[in-house]
Amino acid sequence: MELFSLKKDIPFMSYGRLTTAISLITFILAIFFLAVRGLNFGVDFTGGTMMEVSYPQAADLAKIRHTVDSIGLKDATVQTFGSSRDVLIRLPVRAGFTGSQLSEQMLASLKEMDSSVQMSRVEFVGPQVGEELYENGALALLLVISGIMLYLAMRFEWRFAVAAIIANMHDVIIILGFFAFFQWEFNLTVLAAVLAVLGYSVNESVVVFDRVRENFRKMRKASVVTVIDNAITRTMSRTIITHFSTQLMVLSMLLFGGEVLHNFSLALTIGILFGIYSSVLVACPIAMWLGVNRANLIGDVEKKEGAKDEKVTEPDPSEFA
Amino acid sequence: MNRYPLWKNILVVAVILIGFIYTVPNFFGESPAVQITPAKSTTKLDPALLSQVEEVFKQDNIQYDGIYLDARGVKARFANTDTQIKAKDILQASLGKDYTVALNLLSRSPDWLRSLGAKPMYLGLDLRGGVHFLLQVDMKAALDKAAERFVGDFRTALRKERVSYIGVTREGQTVQIRFSNVDELAKGKKIISKEYPDLTLNESTEGESQLLTASLNAVEQKRIQDFALKQNIQTLHNRINELGVAEPIIQQQGIDRVVVQLPGVQDTAKAKEILGRTATLEIRLVDEDKSDAATLEKAAKGQAPLGDEVYKDREGRPILVKKNVVLTGDYITDAGPGVNSQNGQSVVNVSLDARGARIFQQVTRENVGKRMAILLIEKGNTEVITAPVINEEIGGGRVQISGMANTQEATDISLLLRAGALAAPMDIIEERTVGPSMGEANIKRGMHSTLWGFAAIALFMIVYYVMFGAISVVALSINLLLLVAVLSMLQATLTLPGLAAVALTLGMAIDANVLINERIREELRNGNTPQASIHAGYDRAWDTILDSNVTTMIAGLALFMFGSGPVKGFAVVHVIGILTSMFSAVVVSRAIVNALHGYRRKVSKLSIG
Repeated sequence: MELFSLKKDIPFMSYGRLTTAISLITFILAIFFLAVRGLNFGVDFTGGTMMEVSYPQAADLAKIRHTVDSIGLKDATVQTFGSSRDVLIRLPVRAGFTGSQLSEQMLASLKEMDSSVQMSRVEFVGPQVGEELYENGALALLLVISGIMLYLAMRFEWRFAVAAIIANMHDVIIILGFFAFFQWEFNLTVLAAVLAVLGYSVNESVVVFDRVRENFRKMRKASVVTVIDNAITRTMSRTIITHFSTQLMVLSMLLFGGEVLHNFSLALTIGILFGIYSSVLVACPIAMWLGVNRANLIGDVEKKEGAKDEKVTEPDPSEFA
Repeated sequence: MNRYPLWKNILVVAVILIGFIYTVPNFFGESPAVQITPAKSTTKLDPALLSQVEEVFKQDNIQYDGIYLDARGVKARFANTDTQIKAKDILQASLGKDYTVALNLLSRSPDWLRSLGAKPMYLGLDLRGGVHFLLQVDMKAALDKAAERFVGDFRTALRKERVSYIGVTREGQTVQIRFSNVDELAKGKKIISKEYPDLTLNESTEGESQLLTASLNAVEQKRIQDFALKQNIQTLHNRINELGVAEPIIQQQGIDRVVVQLPGVQDTAKAKEILGRTATLEIRLVDEDKSDAATLEKAAKGQAPLGDEVYKDREGRPILVKKNVVLTGDYITDAGPGVNSQNGQSVVNVSLDARGARIFQQVTRENVGKRMAILLIEKGNTEVITAPVINEEIGGGRVQISGMANTQEATDISLLLRAGALAAPMDIIEERTVGPSMGEANIKRGMHSTLWGFAAIALFMIVYYVMFGAISVVALSINLLLLVAVLSMLQATLTLPGLAAVALTLGMAIDANVLINERIREELRNGNTPQASIHAGYDRAWDTILDSNVTTMIAGLALFMFGSGPVKGFAVVHVIGILTSMFSAVVVSRAIVNALHGYRRKVSKLSIG
């Protein structure tokens, strides 16, 4: 089976203006929602207590709220998730109470109300720890960005490195924008997903850039635009199939993974979908505008490898069937 | 050109074989077991324990499926939980309090696998249920306490050398000694700098009197903090042993934190109470000279005389005690509840070590007729449990503390004293508790995600790339096999995010095969022969695969370095998965392709869809 047997290269670069416009709009929207709504940080980052309890029958939320209020925790949120039997209770950090006391007290009151309640999960993070996790998360993000840039600059050229990072940061911002818009909870596992996506979608740029470099060697007479268009067209099949396979796995997690993996897989899904688009249609135009060309990409290497390359039949884009 | 040298084929087969052996233990499941370990970490494990346990089982006719001794203790497996619990009770009764008997789950894998070191993956708390605590040690309190100890030590040292001083007081974390003139100060300074070389001494004048200020220098502070942390960890060990938890983890994190993980613990309230209790015991003298009604009243309002502190006893009456601590809980070697034979009250019997006994004897000799206060300090609250009059000199280091409300309290306080005091109070700053049913559900969720995702990818690959798709799927299964094997070998903690990483890594790993297959197709389209296409496809794709894996690896390593808890679990699996996937997608799949095509003289067509 073959889905992408293209006879001609698609002139992706001539859509540059359009794709950049789309990117800019989504990017600005994402920034807008991040600024206006902000991220709904989970207890991992804000500190606080989160409890998950389950009942053998449908839970009576009104009664649970009443119980929560009765022990003086008016700012707690109570909601069901997954099924009507599972209840999630979030308690913000409160001065004078250690979180572990709070959850015990909470559970005791819930047991009093209905003894069939079962505690499934408690997470308490002190405000200080939350702050550290937040800082470490930001540090990890910085480290990933600089590490990848450094590697790409070494392996290819700084123009590619910059282009790839801009494209992928654009993905990250869009994921965050989605989380801000829908107010999905942003916790440590989501952060892990975001960083994994960052590493993963840089792959796309790498694959395309690899091809661009190869094409510069082979297609001596072609213009930069033709070279890039050909590289994208030739790798498109692989890009889409790989992403489709990865998405199959992520979809499986979204369906079977339960509450803990839900937002994790959501972040991955958005990252994968936008990754296809941005790593190709954002990274390449940027690299082009930054002035990538044959000389700065191959440079001296050309002379050394020149002899070897002569033997390879020069592929003409129109020849492929 | 598409043939592997023999050594490469052997390597592939060997790696798969080893992978298989180390993966197998994960399929045997677990059965209920008990684990017998020495109660004190200082007690050495006696190999005779094994036969002792076997003897107990034989006597009481308990059927066990397997029993063995490892580095930590004796472990025995049973057919069902009834036998397990029965065995635990019997062992606990016959072995006494020198050993901790805990319920556990053990792999049913056969002995020969265990002897190869092949164990199932180590499941994290979110997969097997349990509690995770992060405790913060209050270092300021530890330093305050150390400074307080110096106050007493200085007094003793100066008195011994007959240096006259006006007073010794603690100001924050420094100790001030007041002298009436410069000569005495010089003498005092000489003694103190000789006995405590790690202290920084400063001289100053304040009105009429000369001041000598001793402060802890950085080295000494660090030493005290290290010691406090070590002692707290030791104490936690002892307390957790009393709880009877199989495979607890108690580790230092950073300079002032302790991680405690208790797998399988369901009664979190009890665990928290035992861990969180920071009770320490202090014995101090009651300041009888100043204990008149007027001073007491003033003291109760917060104006205690110099060198004294005021606390309330159990009836709420204020008692004026000296700041100088005679003895702390550190000198206690054993403690147990008991009953006073004369009045039938609950008491705690305490044994002191040699040094404690000597100090106690000296103090009781010098203070006959006066009262001695026993203080329990818990979470910053100090309470005078009892303040009996010293009737006579008490030697031998055996002390009875009366004033217990009931037997339960006597038992609780004994346990706290016996398990040792914390050198500094600790607060729980992070808690993650997962109920046991949730743990099982999480395993199912992770497994289902991986398996269904895998099935979908396999189906798609075979439809799309036919034979080469099937080869990719085999390579992907081998990737899964190797990943599980490496995780089992390293005994890295597998968490739910870790399981997610298994799924995600497989989803990403297929990329390498897609790259290769697409390349081969392209080479075929260019009119190359099948053999040449295979060769070129693998060769060309390799560069790209390496580049793209390095970037993913950078992300994985950053997560590993800065991630904590769940994220770290994700990162470990992700990083290992990238490595195994490069091997399986490139080397293993090539080996299969070579075996299928490399030895045929003429391959006219490749089945690549």
